[in-house]
Amino acid sequence: MSVRVGQAAQAPDFPKAARELVANSQMRHNVRHATDVIQAKRGRVVAEMPDWEQLRTSAKAIKDHTLRHLDSYLEQFEESCTRAGGKVHWARDADEANRIIVDLIRSYGQDEVIKVKTMTSDETQLNVALEAEGITPYETDLADLIVQLGEDKPSHIVVPALHRNRLEIREIFLKKMNLESLGYQPEDLTTAARTYLREKFLRVTVGLSGANYAVAETGTVCVVESEGNGRMCISLPEVLISLVGIEKVIPRMQDLEVFLQLLPRSATGERMNPYNSLWTGVSPGDGPKAFHVVLLDNGRTKVLADEAARETLDCIRCGACLNTCPVYRQTGGHAYGSIYAGPIGAILSPQLQGMEHSRSLPFASSLCGACYEVCPVKINIPRILIHLRSKIVESGGAPLLERLAMKSAAFAMADDGRLGAAHALARLGQLPFLHDGMLKDLPGPLSAWSSFRDLVPLPAESFREWWSKREKGERS
Amino acid sequence: MLISLFITCYNDAMFPQTGRAVVAVLERLGHTVEFRPAQTCCGQMHFNSGYRKDAASLMRHFVETYHDAEVVCCPSSSCVAMIREYYPELAAASGDAELIRRTESLVSRVYEFSELLVDKLKVTDVGAFYPHTVTLHTSCHALRALHVGDRPAQLLRNVRGLTLVELANADRCCGFGGTFAVKNADVSAAMLSEKVHCILETQAEACTGGDNSCLIHLGGALNRQRTGVKTLHLAEILASTESGDPTS
Repeated sequence: MSVRVGQAAQAPDFPKAARELVANSQMRHNVRHATDVIQAKRGRVVAEMPDWEQLRTSAKAIKDHTLRHLDSYLEQFEESCTRAGGKVHWARDADEANRIIVDLIRSYGQDEVIKVKTMTSDETQLNVALEAEGITPYETDLADLIVQLGEDKPSHIVVPALHRNRLEIREIFLKKMNLESLGYQPEDLTTAARTYLREKFLRVTVGLSGANYAVAETGTVCVVESEGNGRMCISLPEVLISLVGIEKVIPRMQDLEVFLQLLPRSATGERMNPYNSLWTGVSPGDGPKAFHVVLLDNGRTKVLADEAARETLDCIRCGACLNTCPVYRQTGGHAYGSIYAGPIGAILSPQLQGMEHSRSLPFASSLCGACYEVCPVKINIPRILIHLRSKIVESGGAPLLERLAMKSAAFAMADDGRLGAAHALARLGQLPFLHDGMLKDLPGPLSAWSSFRDLVPLPAESFREWWSKREKGERS
Repeated sequence: MLISLFITCYNDAMFPQTGRAVVAVLERLGHTVEFRPAQTCCGQMHFNSGYRKDAASLMRHFVETYHDAEVVCCPSSSCVAMIREYYPELAAASGDAELIRRTESLVSRVYEFSELLVDKLKVTDVGAFYPHTVTLHTSCHALRALHVGDRPAQLLRNVRGLTLVELANADRCCGFGGTFAVKNADVSAAMLSEKVHCILETQAEACTGGDNSCLIHLGGALNRQRTGVKTLHLAEILASTESGDPTS
């Protein structure tokens, strides 16, 4: 099995990637601005919901229940979808999913496909596979189009081109759409995109979508979006293929009531998505004549098997955790080396692709808990980060110096006699680095501290020494 | 009330003045403070870094040290968060029935310093005097794990002479995060610089908080940049009176 989560075979070391990105002032400005705007909108529309906490609790309960019975709900989905005239394909991993999709497009004699709202296809690197087979994919979601034309990588779950500003986008459009001139206003850019995309919508006969939800009882697939390009993609072509991660299934149509309230408010700070598209199989005379669903595992059953981290699969890809994350705020999404960035990416990518792929990701967090606070399905991301860290440490994946330091600290903390001795030793050891009452230019890994900050030294007397003297004084 | 002080490992070694301040405040309020020398560390650093077994040993040591304490007071929110959020599951994983029972009973008797004052001792005015302009950095653990709310601010507002200035983006992490500050030093420093900017905007003379861990981080940058803004633990402000600082 070959599980992939985006472009890189191995994620870059997060601290190294981050070092370059924090020096990119344009990117940092764009990310700060965009996340501040979305967060403020989210805050307003969440605050107006008196039952927000109950909605979160319901969503969590539905997701947990579904994951416990995922096998039967997936089979139920296949039955319902097939009954409605759809065809369900099962893919164990990225390569299998890509193969199925290539073969389907070929079987209809086509060499072009219009795509919308399918981050899962970024996960499987579908575009690379399509192009290798001579099939041209066109991204039609505006942000995905910007990323595709800019030969760039997505940096956000909901707003893939969030790291780009208007001027950068104008440059990309001007160059890649072969335009002679282009204005600077948002209307100019959307008009250019509209002209470019309309031609594709009307010509290309195969559409490919992702899914926000797949309803088991009816076989319905649901995609929510803001532009209407998704609506074009799922209704205009002759053939529609939906690539769906197996965790996207929900039991009943009624469950959408909960998720369609939580998702838009969490994701874009809207009360409702402008376009909520639901379709069930094939309807003669209306929309695509053939409908295929590719159900993708790609490491998801492995996540499901780990009880302590299973709730990772509850994620509804709203991106609220990215927008609130103080780490993402500084680095943007590219530091995460995966299609899934931010706090959810830091727990999802290493689990899908295996720890060896992205060992530094579970450590790319200060554990501040802001992600858990905003998560609409209450995924305790800090707890899972710690769980993944312990898996890495237990499998011998921590650096030697760190292991030595941790073992020494545990040894010193085992009893108060050792602790007293450690204090004395540290007081002696700090002397060479003491300048003007502060520790500076620390050695080894600690230099990472002292290159940005001073450190207070250990004072001559610890608290326990002071207490012991005081007690003796009181007694005498 | 007999209050058992859990000073925490880093306060013991690096910030004895915080411990002395806690003792001074509680004794001034008429309580008796005890210090159990067997205490060492709550295990948070090990646990958060993935060293679960070492953390479990430290958890056992903590529970054995304090199991018969009436009330435990700890001047560090993140250590209290470690105890409240993760001790029960660490104890449960041990399978040791006595340890599980003791842990469950002990956890609810461990209070962070501002919680102890406001919730348990029902005091918001401790009779302190500190004639300075101060801003408050509430740590992420205090905010999101303990939900201390405005308890520290209530205590500060009742300090005579003190002007409390609100910190912008107060709910955003300062970038410390334990070993994160070293492992991801560049990102940590970027977070820190935003926080330092907010602190300087307040024009405060001092930045206080309930966690010396964040304050080491903030103080390290405030000192490096020669801002002249000092950092000190909430307890040290509350210990100050007209007759001076009893801890110095």
